[in-house]
Amino acid sequence: MTTDYKDLSVQGLWKNNPALVQLLGLCPLLAVTSTFINGLGLGLATTLVLIGSNVTVSLIRNIVRNEIRIPIFVMIIAAFVTIVQLLMNAYTFDLYLTLGIFIPLIVTNCAIIGRAEAYASKNAPKDAAFDGLMMGLGFSAVLVLLGGMREILGSGTLFAGADRLFGSIASNWTITLFETSQPFLLAILPPGAFLGMGLLIAIKNAIDAKQAAKATQPVEKATRIRITAE
Amino acid sequence: MKLTLSSSPHQRVQRDTPQVMRLVIYAMLPGVAAQCYFFGWGIIIQALIAVIAALVFEGVVLWMRKKPIERTLTDYSAVLTALLLAVSLPPTLPWWMTVIGIFFAVVVAKQLYGGLGFNLFNPAMIGYVVLLISFPVAMTSWLPPTGISTLPMSFFDAISIIFTGFTTSGYDVTQLQTIADGVTTATPLDTLKTNLTQGVTYSETLEYPILNGGLFASAGAGWSWISLAYLLGGLVLIKTRVIQWHIPASMMLSVVIFASILHMSDADYYASPMFHLLNGALIFGAFFIATDPVSASTTPKGRVVFGAAIGFWIVIIRTFGSYPDAVAFAVIIMNMAVPLIDYYTRPRTYGRGTKPESKAES
Repeated sequence: MTTDYKDLSVQGLWKNNPALVQLLGLCPLLAVTSTFINGLGLGLATTLVLIGSNVTVSLIRNIVRNEIRIPIFVMIIAAFVTIVQLLMNAYTFDLYLTLGIFIPLIVTNCAIIGRAEAYASKNAPKDAAFDGLMMGLGFSAVLVLLGGMREILGSGTLFAGADRLFGSIASNWTITLFETSQPFLLAILPPGAFLGMGLLIAIKNAIDAKQAAKATQPVEKATRIRITAE
Repeated sequence: MKLTLSSSPHQRVQRDTPQVMRLVIYAMLPGVAAQCYFFGWGIIIQALIAVIAALVFEGVVLWMRKKPIERTLTDYSAVLTALLLAVSLPPTLPWWMTVIGIFFAVVVAKQLYGGLGFNLFNPAMIGYVVLLISFPVAMTSWLPPTGISTLPMSFFDAISIIFTGFTTSGYDVTQLQTIADGVTTATPLDTLKTNLTQGVTYSETLEYPILNGGLFASAGAGWSWISLAYLLGGLVLIKTRVIQWHIPASMMLSVVIFASILHMSDADYYASPMFHLLNGALIFGAFFIATDPVSASTTPKGRVVFGAAIGFWIVIIRTFGSYPDAVAFAVIIMNMAVPLIDYYTRPRTYGRGTKPESKAES
């Protein structure tokens, strides 16, 4: 069976996006996306865990008995989360402090165990790794988009605190779009996350609907032309 | 005598939506006039900004939804929403905040849910709460009413402060607030809340100028007159049967009951029922906000429950919450409960569901 990498990418990034379509892992998604960098940090951490757990689950898929697979999956994911957590503690300490409880909580992110169960436990390690990467990127894209949106609306900046993720070279990356003494707090507070998430899902559905409409129209035209030609 | 034979419904609706909306707008006029008298021209300018923004937003959304634009724009529902929001705002609020509030009221709370008749929540109150949560400082910056303020604002001062943040003579809102007596004078509710945290008792707070010049001992200067003006408008609405008496009556009664219980337990700490009734947006909310035909309960019994629960939440949130006023929060909380209330208070269908004892007899 040959793997269709293009299909896997489309599934992970768009059609079956963990955040926008499967609506998995919403708790960290809504909680940490107050800035672009926070979103990116959690997105990268989740992607790393997802790739690692997918590969491991795929490697042991023929050894583990079906009845006990879920606890095994959870332990594998927990191990990778611990690795990522220790790495962040060592190299991006400030970001580690900002994200706080939401790094250990990656264990409970349903997107990860969902992929382990639905894809990794049935496919070869190479495919599982690619699936993990694409799903992780899809999730990160939404985190970053939502984080950027809320940061621009809420505090008028973008990439604030980039040094927490990229080190001191990034300390002057912050772009200030506008200065205000009265920030739009709603965008930064949790309700803003819900509104922004709803908006993103609505935009995605609208684009899909438009594409579906476009896809059906040329077919109609083609038949009409053939009828008049005959 | 001409006898006509026609199919049901035989009881015709006497007023259509635009007429009802217009009547509510007319009934608001005494209150608006009182607010204008005590707080200057700001309210009129806010109302203009709000109405224009509401019509533009509504028109754009209707165009995007491919709905008839002219018919919906002329049903006055957007105008009414805009007015209800405008009178709740501090008269010196920057114009772009008003526009954001109207955006959330008209686009998010009303049109995204499907337009007039489908909105779950009261649009004006959603706009108000969004603004209050987003800009807590600006939204609680009320100037002292005329009579306490030593610096009366002219029409051009009001325009200037809304659009630029400064009056024509260069004062900003914070300076105008403190100019009266050197102490920041917010609303009566705000003053009480701040004082209680600083160890000043309720009875001592009543001596403050903001609460001293009022109509009654415990009602704020200016504020009590505004409340009474809205009461007048509300009574006209009940008289003309635009709204039913259930919600306002049960809401005010429940505020009096719960406030009395608290006040009797500790008169130094908890405000009197009269204070709760005449300050803040309570009377305005009881007659104009809670009675919104779309988002309020629709059964007679349900309306009583709905109003009483709003009153309960108002007293609780005003007393123990972190925001000074609570009408908007209380109305939105109970908007969420309306489907449940309506379900449990369905009127008995005639001839069905007889009482158990009469069943036993027969």
